[in-house]
Amino acid sequence: MTDPDDPDVTPREASDPSDAALQATAELDSLSLLAEDLLDPSGPLTPSGHLRRRQMVSRLAEAAQTTAAVLAVAVLGILVYSVASRGASVLSIGFLTKDPPVLSGVAGGGIAPAIVGTALIMAVATAIAMPMGILAALFLTEFAGRWTARAIRLALDLLNGLPTIVVGLFVFGLLVVGHHQSGFAGSVALAIIMLPLIARATQEVLTLVPAGLREAADALGVCHWRTVLGVVLPTARGGILTATVLAVARAAGETAPLIFVCSIFSNTTSLNLFGQALPNIPVYIFNASEAAERYGFARAWGAAFVLLAFILLASLGGRALGRRATLSR
Amino acid sequence: MRPPDPSEMPATGASNVRPRVRIQTPALAHEAAQAAANARPTDALRGSPRGEQDSALTVGREAIFDVQDLSVSYGSSQAISGVTLQIHRNLITAIIGPSGCGKTTFIRSLNRMNDSVPGFTIDGKILYHGHDIYDRGVDRVEVRRRIGMVFQRPNPFPKSIYDNVAWAPRNLKMKSGLDERVERALRGAALWDEVKDRLKDSALGLSGGQQQRLCIARAIAIQPDVLLLDEPASALDPIATAAIEELMQTLKNRYTIVIVTHNMQQAARVADRTAFFNLDASDGRRTGVLVEYGDTDVMFTRPADTRTSDYVTGRFG
Repeated sequence: MTDPDDPDVTPREASDPSDAALQATAELDSLSLLAEDLLDPSGPLTPSGHLRRRQMVSRLAEAAQTTAAVLAVAVLGILVYSVASRGASVLSIGFLTKDPPVLSGVAGGGIAPAIVGTALIMAVATAIAMPMGILAALFLTEFAGRWTARAIRLALDLLNGLPTIVVGLFVFGLLVVGHHQSGFAGSVALAIIMLPLIARATQEVLTLVPAGLREAADALGVCHWRTVLGVVLPTARGGILTATVLAVARAAGETAPLIFVCSIFSNTTSLNLFGQALPNIPVYIFNASEAAERYGFARAWGAAFVLLAFILLASLGGRALGRRATLSR
Repeated sequence: MRPPDPSEMPATGASNVRPRVRIQTPALAHEAAQAAANARPTDALRGSPRGEQDSALTVGREAIFDVQDLSVSYGSSQAISGVTLQIHRNLITAIIGPSGCGKTTFIRSLNRMNDSVPGFTIDGKILYHGHDIYDRGVDRVEVRRRIGMVFQRPNPFPKSIYDNVAWAPRNLKMKSGLDERVERALRGAALWDEVKDRLKDSALGLSGGQQQRLCIARAIAIQPDVLLLDEPASALDPIATAAIEELMQTLKNRYTIVIVTHNMQQAARVADRTAFFNLDASDGRRTGVLVEYGDTDVMFTRPADTRTSDYVTGRFG
């Protein structure tokens, strides 16, 4: 074996590993089916053959996507601009603090009753929907079995997809028929719209709470509800607030249900939630733009601008809240 | 039902199992066959609960846990089977073994942390001070009150350092002398000197090693009977690991400690007794079994089972 001239040993010792290597190369070669698939590693590094066409397609697709994205932004921009350009001219302190004029066909006046009414209706709707939504989300994530949770999630999604006019009809039959329209009925209708939004968004946030935190709390011999109150909810607080603010922004502009249950109102400020229909911005916009009267049109645009501004600011604020909550975690 | 943390999940299917690469080279095939032969247990040893070796350490010591023929399954996959062992008071008992052999499943069964895992079923008995902890009428919250647990990844609450430690005592109506209790727990976890001036700061601002010691402080603040540590140092650097190991030596005077570790040196350094779990892939099943259990020095110097000696000498795993 040490003798290089020994013909029996030396070739075998040398050929054993190289045989294996040869075999491996042969296997690799059999993988590539066609000769043109073989790479020429020494060629120039510019796109060749197939790649050139792929890059054209890629560039076209990119252009289409950019156009769609720009259009989406443009729609929002044009909408905000058209409302602002018509609505901003009537905007003043008086517009926010005064009642509408008693007689039609008169300039001036404001939408104070509608602002107060919308604020009140939304406050009560939030007071109904927020605790229910959060509790439902907690049940989904913390206590329900897998199948129960799936069924409830589906129910919430269906509720979310319910046309708001159907919700209005439902509340009309429930609270208005046999009684009368009221701000409270409006609150209930809007709460039904807000509930699935809050519950689903809260549930998403709760599932983001690290499982390790729950385990840590559970391992300390503390009842699960205390864990929820002390660890899970505080950790998810920011996200829950965001979800609520976004739901408020969404429901504040709802018109269809309010037309059924809270639309026949006088144009004076009222805090009587149960006794009568409360003036509110969406229905005011609807009514004022139906009346063929130019000062009413102007006030409708102004009210639309106020509503739009509130919703945009609430949405942005909600998102900022959510971002801060995520960062601090 | 909350989704279980994947890192804590037992061996459900292939996720924990490293893909086996078939070795074709003729020169290595022989070795592979040899390794396979070594890994296969002899019939006499396979799966059967081995009697413990006699030990001076356990003589006259109360057995806190008496685990009898324990099998745990998640759905249709069996994680561990036929585990019988006793865990003794004021000793550090280490559970070692390769990935997926059911170490974590075993330790989580000891304080019913697996209850929330879907499909979890248990067979056999775990007696804790003579009480079967899976008996009807046993409240798992009460079980965990007495058997605390520290997890692989430090998981402090997003609260202040003080509130992290004080949260459980507050909820358990142990409110008198709360400040002293927090201080004692933090001292017990060798963290007090580092944090005493910033108790109101967020616990998330601590280093990983400090966070893990905070989690230990949080666990001992309610003065449990047993501490279960599930790979408590695997996410820590060597210095923080050394601090935790040193801490364990002082903690064992007050508590009974069970530690899961995949670090054999760590087991050799800290544990009084060591249990070696292995993945038994014979009979077409893959399940964790207890191969050998005994005093740590015996386990590492003259184990009775070839699988143990293969593992502790680093031949596999």
